[in-house]
Amino acid sequence: MRLQYPTHIHIIKVPCSGRVDLIHILMAVEQGADGVFVAGCLEGDCHYMHGNLFARKRVERAKEILEKTGVGKDRVEMYNLSAGQGSRWAEICREFDERIMKLGPSPIRLAHEKKAA
Amino acid sequence: MIKATPKPLEEIIDFVKDYNKILVAGCDGCVTVCEAGGMKEAKVLGSALRLYYTQAGKDHEVVETTITRQCDKEYLEELKDMMENADAVVSIACGCGIQYLTENYPKKVVFPGVDTHFMGINADRGLFEERCAGCGQCVLGTTGGICPIARCSKRMLNGPCGGSEAGKCEISKDTPCGWHLIYERLETLGQMNRFLEPVDPKNWRSSRDGGPRVIIREDLRKAEPQHGSAH
Repeated sequence: MRLQYPTHIHIIKVPCSGRVDLIHILMAVEQGADGVFVAGCLEGDCHYMHGNLFARKRVERAKEILEKTGVGKDRVEMYNLSAGQGSRWAEICREFDERIMKLGPSPIRLAHEKKAA
Repeated sequence: MIKATPKPLEEIIDFVKDYNKILVAGCDGCVTVCEAGGMKEAKVLGSALRLYYTQAGKDHEVVETTITRQCDKEYLEELKDMMENADAVVSIACGCGIQYLTENYPKKVVFPGVDTHFMGINADRGLFEERCAGCGQCVLGTTGGICPIARCSKRMLNGPCGGSEAGKCEISKDTPCGWHLIYERLETLGQMNRFLEPVDPKNWRSSRDGGPRVIIREDLRKAEPQHGSAH
């Protein structure tokens, strides 16, 4: 398909989006990720029944925590797509990348860089 | 078991914002079961506090731990070093654990990280229902195993009242009438004669009306050395 999407998106593979816990999302942000998105299967299509629905709830909770801690809720998002939707994957990556570029670097990453300097 | 829910994050941040070294202390007991104060929740709260301090540009050191039970002195002693190193502690144990932690480390500032609600059961994942009000004089033996103190909104001993309609309590159409449940249960058990005699008023001195309660079980207490013994 030779679809293009931003190269600086780091992919962490998990067997099911239901494996992604709240702490994993927070740890990624804590370690300096500018944004995190969870890509699960289409709702109703989870091979483990409810994995993607649990993932959505955890992303919502992560958004709440990031908003209340001043990091901002828009740095986390949940997407649903099937394994056959390669073009949608590329589109999501571009869309999320654009959003994060507009938000600028995460205040957490900036704080880490300032401390290291 | 005791049921609790996490306090709003902004409330916890407001408690600790002027401190730098924070210990988030969880408990492996009841609050772990209701997913409010176990290791998982301690890690999430610790991470959230680190995010807050980092984006606010404040120096900080946030550590998380849990102990077997915060309502037992011998487990609280395990926290000694961590407590010494902390400016403030957020305990996510139940109200009992938080208070006993405070009592055992009187010079430390301890904040609650959860709201403690009641003694209840796990009806489903994330669904906790009150079953016992801890009144100190159990009546379950005469009410078909359904508690009128915890499950009747009026704590009536002779029910149901006029507010019971189609098996629901007048306070909400989602709340089953405790006495309706008792009636059905006693009918199943063939113990309907229970309703022929009204029950005498309960002795409420064993409930909260006598102030904070203490239980002394002499059979469990350590034997005191006999005065004037040969040893």
